Amino acid sequence: MSADLLPEHPDFLWRNPEPKSSYDAVIVGGGGHGLATAYFLAKNHGMTNIAVLEKGWLAGGNMARNTTIIRSNYLWDESAAIYEHALKLWEILPEELEYDFLFSQRGVMNLAHTLGDVRESMRRVGANKLNGVDAEWLDPQQVKELCPILNISDNIRYPVMGATYQPRAGIAKHDHVAWAFARKCDEMGVDIIQNCEVTGFVKDGNRVVGVKTNRGTINTEKVGLAAAGHSSVLAEMAGFRLPIQSHPLQALVSELHEPVHPTVVMSNHVHVYVSQAHKGELVMGAGVDSYNGYGQRGSFHVIEHQMAAAVELFPIFARAHVLRTWGGIVDTTLDASPIVGNTPVENMFVNCGWGTGGFKATPAAGMTFAHNIATGEPHRLNKPFALERFETGALIDEHGAAAVAH
Amino acid sequence: MLLISCPNCGSRDETEFHYGGQAHVAYPENPNELTDREWAEYLFYRDNTKGAFAERWLHSTGCRQWFNMLRDTVTYEIQAIYPMGSPRPDAAGKVTADTGTASTAADSTTTGSASPDISGTSSSPTSISSTTAPEGATP
Repeated sequence: MSADLLPEHPDFLWRNPEPKSSYDAVIVGGGGHGLATAYFLAKNHGMTNIAVLEKGWLAGGNMARNTTIIRSNYLWDESAAIYEHALKLWEILPEELEYDFLFSQRGVMNLAHTLGDVRESMRRVGANKLNGVDAEWLDPQQVKELCPILNISDNIRYPVMGATYQPRAGIAKHDHVAWAFARKCDEMGVDIIQNCEVTGFVKDGNRVVGVKTNRGTINTEKVGLAAAGHSSVLAEMAGFRLPIQSHPLQALVSELHEPVHPTVVMSNHVHVYVSQAHKGELVMGAGVDSYNGYGQRGSFHVIEHQMAAAVELFPIFARAHVLRTWGGIVDTTLDASPIVGNTPVENMFVNCGWGTGGFKATPAAGMTFAHNIATGEPHRLNKPFALERFETGALIDEHGAAAVAH
Repeated sequence: MLLISCPNCGSRDETEFHYGGQAHVAYPENPNELTDREWAEYLFYRDNTKGAFAERWLHSTGCRQWFNMLRDTVTYEIQAIYPMGSPRPDAAGKVTADTGTASTAADSTTTGSASPDISGTSSSPTSISSTTAPEGATP
């Protein structure tokens, strides 16, 4: 077929401008968080002379690699507040961004397999309710009613003893979320600059005044880092350290199947999380590879383990085939909570440490980070997530408390 | 999956090992004298190197001994395996990693006074391993 028989290329959703010599603010990282930050800087704070720098292509990192789960059933008050705010934003964003990114509130179930799980789960349901987060405890029969393909018999190693359920949770199409933010950013005048890698920073004393890139130096008054797994690399360029470790996190999809899985099921104990994408793939993921890694790939035994867990919980998956596996680089902290706030460098701000769970937080991360960048002070929702907490000891320990191991 | 050469047992699958995070993080000599900032550095801050990284591994289902490994965190290539208590070797055949950080710092041992010479002269694999579990292991 010759090219002139092909349909017209659809309209581009954003421009590809050359970088200007100076901006009021520069966001490093063109993933979901960076784009959401730029969107809220423009919309809430009127800052439109800003740029988002992306070293690869837009939303090609963890934004393209996550399992798209959105929920807010975290244990601690600080976490529940920011994730629940994110969920409320997810509920209005398709209309606000004028883009249907298929946010599907099909519910998320977190299975309990031991007495310890049951106690922790019930505690979390109580804590969630006190924080205005929708949460229910389901017995095994109710679990089966909501998700008939789940094996709730007691002939497996870790029988299902119940589950917590958040009906408002769900999934969304991650790529479309990024494109929706990017289009609105572009409309408001934000420059989204792809293939632009940051190679250093220009400082005047302890104040950042510019960003060095492979496409020249850009002067700026403020810099926001939103680079997930590469945050430590950027921080080192800027002359400070972050308490994060970058690990590979893998996920996989099966070939397409007719709809069999009506909700999202997560199991911390046998460790797998599974949903079915709109198109029909079974999407699953589990924990990080143990070692530090920037390779966007991990070891196969991790994939094997999560598939074994999935087949035990969902016997009908035994005949499904893996279509694709991949890895992202996740930025983990020791308390499994993010770092959003000021840095030791003046006018430089950081949003990182979301680890394995950053996608669900995208709108709230963007809103709070934009507030922090524009005003120089944290928003009340991201204040507890300051870098200083590792010195003060005011950790927000979501390890084992957040319904899934991070 | 990584194929790791345990100094005592030979090549084994990664699944037999347990990761111990950054190597050469010494327990503070006088913990009581540390500021909150310094204590935070010891507890929570570790290098997150992109490139050659010195790290600890435990052969948990084999000899149950700890050892150090120099591994590239981008390619995952294992560049060197060396005993606990020995200084970090330079990456073989590669440009020496960033000289500004603790790459070959003389004081970078986890077992205190172990002499670096032991590994160079010893031919017995059992003598180069440490039975001391490193303190402050990161998960």
